[in-house]
Amino acid sequence: MNREDFPILESGLIYFDNGATTLKPKQVIEAMEDYYYHYPANIHRGDYQISLQASDAYEETRNIVADFIHANHPKEVVFTAGSTDSLNRIVFGFMADYLNEGDEVLITKAEHASNVLPWLELAKQKKIKVTFMPLNANHELTLDIVKKSITKHTKVISIAAITNVVGDIRPIHEIGKLAAAKNILFVVDGAQSVAHMPTDVEKDHIDFLAFSAHKMLGPTGVGVLYAKEKYLEAMRPLTFGGGMNQSFEEDGSVEYKSIPTRLEGGTPPIAEVIGLGAAVKYLQSIGMDKIASYEADLKKYLLEQLRPLEDIILYNETSRSGILAFNIESVFSQDTAIYLDHYHICVRSGNHCAKVLKDEINIKNTCRISFYFYNTKEEIDQLVTVLKNSDELYRIVL
Amino acid sequence: MDKEIRRELILDNYQHPYHKGLKDDTSYIRANTNNESCIDNIDIQLKIEEGKVVDANFDGEACAISTSATSIFMQKIIGKTVEELKELLENYKHMIQEEAYDEELLEELVAYNEIYLQPNRKKCALLPAETIEKILQQL
Repeated sequence: MNREDFPILESGLIYFDNGATTLKPKQVIEAMEDYYYHYPANIHRGDYQISLQASDAYEETRNIVADFIHANHPKEVVFTAGSTDSLNRIVFGFMADYLNEGDEVLITKAEHASNVLPWLELAKQKKIKVTFMPLNANHELTLDIVKKSITKHTKVISIAAITNVVGDIRPIHEIGKLAAAKNILFVVDGAQSVAHMPTDVEKDHIDFLAFSAHKMLGPTGVGVLYAKEKYLEAMRPLTFGGGMNQSFEEDGSVEYKSIPTRLEGGTPPIAEVIGLGAAVKYLQSIGMDKIASYEADLKKYLLEQLRPLEDIILYNETSRSGILAFNIESVFSQDTAIYLDHYHICVRSGNHCAKVLKDEINIKNTCRISFYFYNTKEEIDQLVTVLKNSDELYRIVL
Repeated sequence: MDKEIRRELILDNYQHPYHKGLKDDTSYIRANTNNESCIDNIDIQLKIEEGKVVDANFDGEACAISTSATSIFMQKIIGKTVEELKELLENYKHMIQEEAYDEELLEELVAYNEIYLQPNRKKCALLPAETIEKILQQL
């Protein structure tokens, strides 16, 4: 649906790498262009019209995002450089103070590197324990596993709502409820979920949420850190300088601004934030429920088409998101991706930054298809035709 | 090299690589290369005695280009002196980078002389050369 808003699709490109980044609709590009052409001023400190206009557009995105994820207040939304940056701020700006020696953080092997490495680094500094919860036979995380993994030392659960290789949609609501009841902080990596299904931080008891604009029709270079107000108040800025201070003196006394501005030191990516606002409005105009069910439909269709193909190995048939990891029997995933590229079909090959997953599915590299609402069944048919002719693969690749 | 012969040579060395599997022997010098721009990951071990390569093995997971080139290198370098090996590596790198090289010296390795047509795959073809150089640096 809405393919006419994505001019690049007119070329016949089949873009199945939405887990890496999505295409951008005209509306987003135009919103950013409008800023650069008509009011390209810095925010916060200007007394002239275009600066006020830029400040308003920037802050309006905060309202739009807060509404989109159902935050209590726009001040709970901080603009960052992306999901990785958001997760690092959660870990080093908050958890480094909050956690004590012996405290335990629960994650899984299916997490993206951004939700593993900051914790492992903190563990080195603070002697906290990072525990990888087990996954079930389908490499998925269940509420039951989480229940069994919690110990008296567990202080944080930090997981993706949808994982980027297995693509399982985690029972976030139930896990959030459980965490809240046990006074465990709940950190959600929303990089793969916020663009693909409804997000409700209040209903799902999410204390911290991280996501990136570029994976949801927006520009690169900007993301969101959501945290409940009391936690943001306690968060230490990791960037000090312009924009975030109220006053400072020679003797070292400093007063910082209130949240969220305190946590947005330096000139922010203004055009990108405005682009993110346009992206969210665009998604809202379609409806997140509609996007989720459309992608689920595509996935079901893809599986129906691929299952009969004998030389295609599927790794995550049971997961419900629009993500599929596969390989052609005895073909290296990168060669498959290069073969598909010959037919203008974009898929990703590799370990997808979930390196520890290799211990789970016993395979280091896969191809990954990840859908978005502009993909179609006709595109899937073209993919299947090309895969059926994979006898030709080396004639193309070599 | 004829396109069909080239493809067969590469495929044969990819699907049935020679000298694949590392020996658990400390007299070998070993190096690993993890291709930063893609996902290839290869280990090579050489046994060098009196300035000559007497054995060569590799292991790892990599694409058809990387794996086959490494397999051909393993076969070619056994029996060569370190100096001859260095000359071979120089000429091979020149070929990949579209510079002047000695075709006769490279023999079957000329199978990769058109890799420049796919610039993103140069790194794949260079993987064995880089890894062998790392070993020579340890001498």
